[in-house]
Amino acid sequence: MHGYRYIDGTATLKVDRERCIGCGNCVLVCPHRIFALNPEGLEVRDPNLCMECGACARNCPVQVFTVAPGVGCAVALLSAWVNRLLGRKVLSDCC
Amino acid sequence: MATTASSRDLWGTVGARIGIIRRVYRVTPGLYAVGSPGPQSAVLVTANYKLSFDALRLQLDGVDAWLLVLDTRGINVWCAAGKGTFSTEEVIQSVKRFQLDRVVSHRQLVLPQLAASGVTAQEVKRGCGFQVLFGPVRASDLPAYLQRDKQCSEAMREVTFTLAERAVLIPVELFLLAKPLLIILGLVFLLSGIGPSLFSLTQALERGPILLGATMLGIAGGAVLTPLLLPWLPCRQFWLKGLWAGLAIAVCTWPLFASRLALPEQGALALWELTLSSYLAMNFTGSTPFTSPSGVEYEMRRGIPAQLAATCLTLALWVSSPFF
Repeated sequence: MHGYRYIDGTATLKVDRERCIGCGNCVLVCPHRIFALNPEGLEVRDPNLCMECGACARNCPVQVFTVAPGVGCAVALLSAWVNRLLGRKVLSDCC
Repeated sequence: MATTASSRDLWGTVGARIGIIRRVYRVTPGLYAVGSPGPQSAVLVTANYKLSFDALRLQLDGVDAWLLVLDTRGINVWCAAGKGTFSTEEVIQSVKRFQLDRVVSHRQLVLPQLAASGVTAQEVKRGCGFQVLFGPVRASDLPAYLQRDKQCSEAMREVTFTLAERAVLIPVELFLLAKPLLIILGLVFLLSGIGPSLFSLTQALERGPILLGATMLGIAGGAVLTPLLLPWLPCRQFWLKGLWAGLAIAVCTWPLFASRLALPEQGALALWELTLSSYLAMNFTGSTPFTSPSGVEYEMRRGIPAQLAATCLTLALWVSSPFF
């Protein structure tokens, strides 16, 4: 996304380029346009722009992608940590 | 369905954006129509959060189309896709429940691009016979998309986060602070009154408002300034961006407090403004379209200990000051 970069080296996206059949679904669905299909195969143009939404993994017919699912939200993560620490649901999400 | 907003819709939007009715602002799932659609008209799929529904239909002036509204429990498209309510199953079930195959002669569904994190196009086809086409990110591009024979330009597929898009998120951030703020209010006055005579109401009423003022400034830094200045604040981690926003505010407002306070108290206020701003900026990660959960975890493991330590130091400085 133009003008916005988050923290480099944290996205858990794994790409098995050997499995790619060139259907182009990933290129289509990625909200940050990080994929491209070249004659050489699948290109991950900027892996650090991945926000781990999972759209690519969800729509790839041959399981090229593995990505850890989750919400990019500090409140959600903090609630999960606190609730786990206290053993019960003390904080609820705001959504 | 109308393609122009009524005053009720506008007030509803305000209420949802502030946060008051956000959780119950829904539309009944089902099949709706804009214009005069027929068996050949496009089927546009959306979530049953009323802001999503309105975002869609208000862009469709002059268009004849069917709107298939899924039951996403009143959550918007992208969040619902992530949560699993705007799902492959929900699409299949809705197509069957509302007998879409009897309404249209074609077998295509246009879904918002951002539903792709929750919907597997191939499986929808297998489950109900309808082909999923991922349309543009923004509903405003739909008329052009439909005119261009369902072709998207690259710009139609890219997510943005403009100043206006960031600014509109501020009211709900503030609304969600209302309850915690009441608790902080109580603590602020209690802690401000602690002194040599154990607790002094006079002292609490004298010092309390100052700490409360610093609290409001910290909120301004993290929940207002940070969203507005997001791309221009230094550092990638949001808790650090919040420190910069808090620093700017602390420096600018220093003259307001300085004369009335001892140095440790000034330090406590500045530190509190920075800490609160940092924490609230970190919380803004959940409202952006580009933060990854792994990145958020990375910065929380650094930010939270720093914020906890700074809070303790703030308390120590503020509470101990009357004793010296």
